[in-house]
Amino acid sequence: MNILTISNNLETYLVIGAFLFALGFYGLLSRQTFIGMLIAAELILSGASINFMAFNRFLAPDPTVGQIFTLFIMGIAAAEAAIALSIIIAVYRNYKSINTEDVVELQG
Amino acid sequence: MMLFTAEGLSGVVFIGFIGITLVGALIAVHAERLIRSVCGLAICFIGISGLYYFLHSPFVALMEMLIYVGAVCVTIVFAIMLADSHPEKQVGKRNVLTGALSFAVASIIFLGVLILARRTDWLACGAKENNGSMMEVGKSLLTTNSMVFELISIVLLVAIIGSLVLARSGRERS
Repeated sequence: MNILTISNNLETYLVIGAFLFALGFYGLLSRQTFIGMLIAAELILSGASINFMAFNRFLAPDPTVGQIFTLFIMGIAAAEAAIALSIIIAVYRNYKSINTEDVVELQG
Repeated sequence: MMLFTAEGLSGVVFIGFIGITLVGALIAVHAERLIRSVCGLAICFIGISGLYYFLHSPFVALMEMLIYVGAVCVTIVFAIMLADSHPEKQVGKRNVLTGALSFAVASIIFLGVLILARRTDWLACGAKENNGSMMEVGKSLLTTNSMVFELISIVLLVAIIGSLVLARSGRERS
């Protein structure tokens, strides 16, 4: 297989999606601030979207379904970002920090 | 030589987009300052938008640029300006252990998904029902998927009102 034709191959997209997902998971676990964790969560959602779009392009009989699903993932991600950022700002007002260690008294 | 044909050049562009995506994602996860991390996230989204274009859906590529690069990243930048002015604190021993552990977990997940993706022989469908163009997406959005379309607008409305309430209530107290 020529390396220049990998754009027409399903596995390329699956590998990229898996890489983004794993990288986002790593960031979600290792980041110390809430905004860093939010950024990592966006990476996870992007990896999932790439998988959906790849399966939609190569395997699905109806190629609109995956696109619509990706659009809905974008809507959910935008809502999640808005909610998470307002929570982060509310936490920052009370604790003067967005570090996860400093707000440890929030645990139940 | 295949490089100087249309397919070869588009392959070069595709590899460039893969590179942009991966480099952006690495910057987003590893940058110490959050503002650099957001810039890496925006770079990564631009690359992903290119990948969507190669997957025959220019509409989703456009939406990726509009929503993620234009809206989500700018919102995160606003939150950073409001909330954060220091680089991440290094918390010594716990940080090292957390980093190694999360790296191990993430690589296990990556290898598992990779093996699963390569071992499975994916069955291609027979005939496509339509060509997946922007017009077909619009039709499907207003006929088959109209229920979900309305639901997502309600979810967005609730999210906007909820974030306004959350961000406002702190101001009265202080």
